[in-house]
Amino acid sequence: MPVARTLTQVHVESGMRFPRWRPGAWLLLVPALGAIGAVSVYPVLLGLWLSFRNTTLSSPDDAFIGVSNYQQLLADGQFWNAWGHTIEFTGASTLLETIIGLGMALVLTERFLGRGIVRAAMLIPWAIPTVVTSKMFGWLFDGQHGLVNYLARIFGLIHTNINWYGSPEFALPTIVMADVWKTTPFMALLLLAGLQTIPRSLTEAASIDGANPWQQFWMVRFPLLAPSLLIAAMFRALDAFRIFDLVYVLTGGGPADSTEVLSTLTYKNLFSALQFGYGSALSTLMFVTEIIIAVGFGIFLLKRFREVKL
Amino acid sequence: MSASSVVRPPRRVARPGIPISRVLIYFCSLLIVIWSVGPFLWQLSTSLQLDRDLIGDQPKLLPIPICFDHFVNIFVAKSFQRYIFNSLVVAGVSTLLCLVIGAVAAYALARLDIRGRFGVLGFVLAVSMFPQIAVVAPLYVLASNLGWLDTYRVLIVVYLALGLPFVIWVLFGHFRTIPTTLDEAARLDGARPLTIFFRIIVPIALPGIVTTGLLSFIAAWNEFMFALAFTSDIDRQTVPVGIANFTDLHYVPWGDIAAASVVVTFPLVALVLIFQRKIISGITGGAVKE
Repeated sequence: MPVARTLTQVHVESGMRFPRWRPGAWLLLVPALGAIGAVSVYPVLLGLWLSFRNTTLSSPDDAFIGVSNYQQLLADGQFWNAWGHTIEFTGASTLLETIIGLGMALVLTERFLGRGIVRAAMLIPWAIPTVVTSKMFGWLFDGQHGLVNYLARIFGLIHTNINWYGSPEFALPTIVMADVWKTTPFMALLLLAGLQTIPRSLTEAASIDGANPWQQFWMVRFPLLAPSLLIAAMFRALDAFRIFDLVYVLTGGGPADSTEVLSTLTYKNLFSALQFGYGSALSTLMFVTEIIIAVGFGIFLLKRFREVKL
Repeated sequence: MSASSVVRPPRRVARPGIPISRVLIYFCSLLIVIWSVGPFLWQLSTSLQLDRDLIGDQPKLLPIPICFDHFVNIFVAKSFQRYIFNSLVVAGVSTLLCLVIGAVAAYALARLDIRGRFGVLGFVLAVSMFPQIAVVAPLYVLASNLGWLDTYRVLIVVYLALGLPFVIWVLFGHFRTIPTTLDEAARLDGARPLTIFFRIIVPIALPGIVTTGLLSFIAAWNEFMFALAFTSDIDRQTVPVGIANFTDLHYVPWGDIAAASVVVTFPLVALVLIFQRKIISGITGGAVKE
């Protein structure tokens, strides 16, 4: 996400002149590109290759089998189950985090005493390891002794304890809540950055013209914020789509596969069933879906930017 | 009466109904603070409570009587210090390497004449979006062929490569803000690019480099999936794997888990609060102003 902001700055500054020193410059990139190539690019290609083989670590099988992994995958109910949960999770968490994050950001654009403290506090959920977040929500939402059940009973929201992540109907929403808790403040800080680039004079002018705060938001701030909002939402969606830690630690994909997502399903195929060929086909499909999401957002953004320019 | 009461500041004109909206703002910001800090405080309180209080009918908000059993437990019975040591080694070394390699690359991209600069940056950005699950299996095969499973090396190399895109992008942004006249003056004095980098750019950008290092340290400290896949021995497992495995056969030791969470999160929270202003400008590209 931070790169999203830098991207816009780069465009602004790209008119800068650069000193010439050609021969050695690329050499300075070699270590970085080498590491990225060895740990990200080469393995992705190797994974693609594996996805056309029936490699299993528990048996000597290792032969080219064409696209049959993919055929098997598309006919696999577990795959579609996990695919559905991943889309649900990605959609719900991105939407909630963007909306609540925008609300938080709007609060923080106001000047008030202690604003710095609020902003500092918002970094805490982001800094906490996701595994700790999972355990924390595991305890908060515990079916017997969880604080959430207790508070909900006291306030009369529920009569009997809910077995949050232990029941198929509430497990995925609990995971969404944990993710929303962890990521929304971060989203809010990104959107705050976007809001602060909008000159105050614009909203002030609108208010002098008689616009109420609601109109000021929808007519002035929101249209100007829309590109940063979309970029932030895109990075969030791409990130949410690969959710692994929260699910793996909190529910392990259960109960009754009700929280199985693509990453956890892939991980199980790889490291429990040791089916490296089949698992690689799964992860390759995930990869393709990510590209589709990114390209989709990209086209949408380009269209918008073009409209703004005209 | 002074002149200031005649020329009223424009913000007062802009917001007529100040009292109510002020109350609303403070109420909302209180909610945000509770949201952000509440769950962690509950974890802190849990870590200091007796087991029988944790499974009582009514949760106790405050740890009275206070007990440190859970902290003793995780260090004595569960050798939690071992995980912490492993995490420090892996996250520390990978962050240092990441900063050196990433800063040099960012310098070359930001200050030297490189054709296809934005192609490289775009490529690096695209790589950071790869789903990590897509590389874990091939890397496992590679690591196993090299005999690198259950080593610090494999995690250090992986975290180095995962952290590089972020470091390159953030430092690229930082380096672009330093006036090029400094480089030009040094070059006229006969300095080579690497000399310029170490003697001029690094000292000027040091605060930004430190913050970037802190952020990539946090990322490496928190990483779970690769650590889970590549290590099976407590001698090499990192903190997240250790905490994820904190489950006894018959019950969940919530108190111990809470104590471990507090131990690994407290330093992060402290660092984040100390460096908060720098971190916020780091993750937002310097756009959040006071």
